[in-house]
Amino acid sequence: MSKLHVTALINGDEVEFLCEPDQTLLSVLRDELNLTGTKEGCGSGDCGACSVTVGERVFCSCLMLAVEAEGKEIRTIEGMAEGDKLHPLQQCFLEQAALQCGFCTPGFLVAAKNLLDRNPDPTESEVRYWLAGNLCRCTGYDKIVRAVLDTAKEIRQADGS
Amino acid sequence: MQFANPDTVESAVNLLATAKGESYVLAGGTDLIVQMQAGLKSPDLIVDIKNIEEMTSITADNGGYRIGAAVCGAEIFEHAGLKADWPGVVEAIDLIGSMQVQSRATPAGNLCNASPAADSVPAMIAADAKATIAGPNGRRTVSVLDIPTGPGANSLAAGELIVSIQLPARKLRSGDAYLRFIPRTEMDIAVVGVAVNLSVDEKGICTDARVGLGAVAPTALLVEEAGSALVGTEVDDAALETAAEAVRAVCRPIDDKRGTAEYRIEIAGTLLIRTAKIALQRATG
Ligand SMILES: Cc1cc2nc3c(=O)[nH]c(=O)nc-3n(C[C@@H](O)[C@@H](O)[C@H](O)COP(=O)(O)OP(=O)(O)OC[C@H]3O[C@@H](n4cnc5c(N)ncnc54)[C@H](O)[C@@H]3O)c2cc1C
Ligand code: FES
Ligand code: FES
Repeated sequence: MSKLHVTALINGDEVEFLCEPDQTLLSVLRDELNLTGTKEGCGSGDCGACSVTVGERVFCSCLMLAVEAEGKEIRTIEGMAEGDKLHPLQQCFLEQAALQCGFCTPGFLVAAKNLLDRNPDPTESEVRYWLAGNLCRCTGYDKIVRAVLDTAKEIRQADGS
Repeated sequence: MQFANPDTVESAVNLLATAKGESYVLAGGTDLIVQMQAGLKSPDLIVDIKNIEEMTSITADNGGYRIGAAVCGAEIFEHAGLKADWPGVVEAIDLIGSMQVQSRATPAGNLCNASPAADSVPAMIAADAKATIAGPNGRRTVSVLDIPTGPGANSLAAGELIVSIQLPARKLRSGDAYLRFIPRTEMDIAVVGVAVNLSVDEKGICTDARVGLGAVAPTALLVEEAGSALVGTEVDDAALETAAEAVRAVCRPIDDKRGTAEYRIEIAGTLLIRTAKIALQRATG
């Protein structure tokens, strides 16, 4: 089977890779590009640990073929902080301990950032529905939801001032 | 396996029609890629349709809408016109999976995958939606109802694919709604799904009604008897009870971990009543 050549914009950098036609984007990110912040929980779209954004939307990278990434703009958890400066969501997750084992955290952060980019002032129930595709077996979700709502408020205040 | 992403419907048809071995259309991949990962499908060819302009847009069509087969649920949910005219269809599509799934999954894929519990299908049946199919012999238009033929099976011939789904023009004083019953509040498979689409006249008398029913038979059903039970009435309690009995009468569910057959039949009637009330409120409100 001959490999396919793909060029995509990943976290702002033009990246070229070779992949099998049936290889998932998740597998390329982790195994070929060493971007192991994106996690594999289930491999079937149920857990959200593999969340990345493609263009303006949040996807499960386990349910996308790597070859579909051609010409697309992809963002993973590695592209969230600016250098050493954490994104406000990352900072807030840390400060409020919105994680325990941390396995689900990259997926939650990517999905939550996508929500706040689209809706800077979500209600609690909008946050819960938006994150319904991200599973966490440790936190009981409450701290995660609080952290997202608090970050949203913080970003709104910073933008307003 | 080979991967192709043609930019015209004709070349997609050509690829599918001349392919040897197993070939599949790829829309959002939320069924296909899961099935590949599970080893249930091993394609020799995948034809991605997301590069085909005709299939990636929502357009006005004879007073109604034409939804390209590659348009994902999230985009449909963001379409103000569709939401205003067909809230039941839009809410059924919106129930499919998480945000991550919504960013990919298409109603055409939901239909072709032919799960008996597919949420968008009863709503599209109630709406009398049509599918435009392209194949080696040209194009044809069929009722959405005629696409699924059994669990995981559909009526498309080799080399055929769905190009778009059409929702008809909205009549005055019409409304539709979809409700499903699941044991959780999000991210689960329907135990029963009911869609109602109805119109009333100036006096509030129902002039036509279509009822779609999911998850209680090998394919989603159109329950004509339930629709006729509402026509000519004010959609009052007596009419709703008759329609609920008509729905229960056609249920042929299985027992599984989500519910026994007996339970599903009971719930189906109850859901019909609740769904019809929402549709009526939308038609008159
Ligand atoms: C986590 C998760 C949760 C889910 N929850 C729900 C739910 O609550 N309710 C529900 O109904 N479904 C649910 N689903 C399934 C749902 O996402 C799919 O049925 C989806 O709608 C299929 O669309 P797709 O575009 O992803 O199709 P694909 O996976 O791309 O295709 C599905 C099948 O249809 C064929 N096909 C696709 N498009 C065409 C076309 N235009 N012409 C001909 N054949 C075509 C493909 O070859 C394939 O066999 C869920 C899935 C996941 C992963
Ligand atoms: S690994 Fe992709 S959703 Fe679980
Ligand atoms: S912190 Fe452990 S799974 Fe979420």
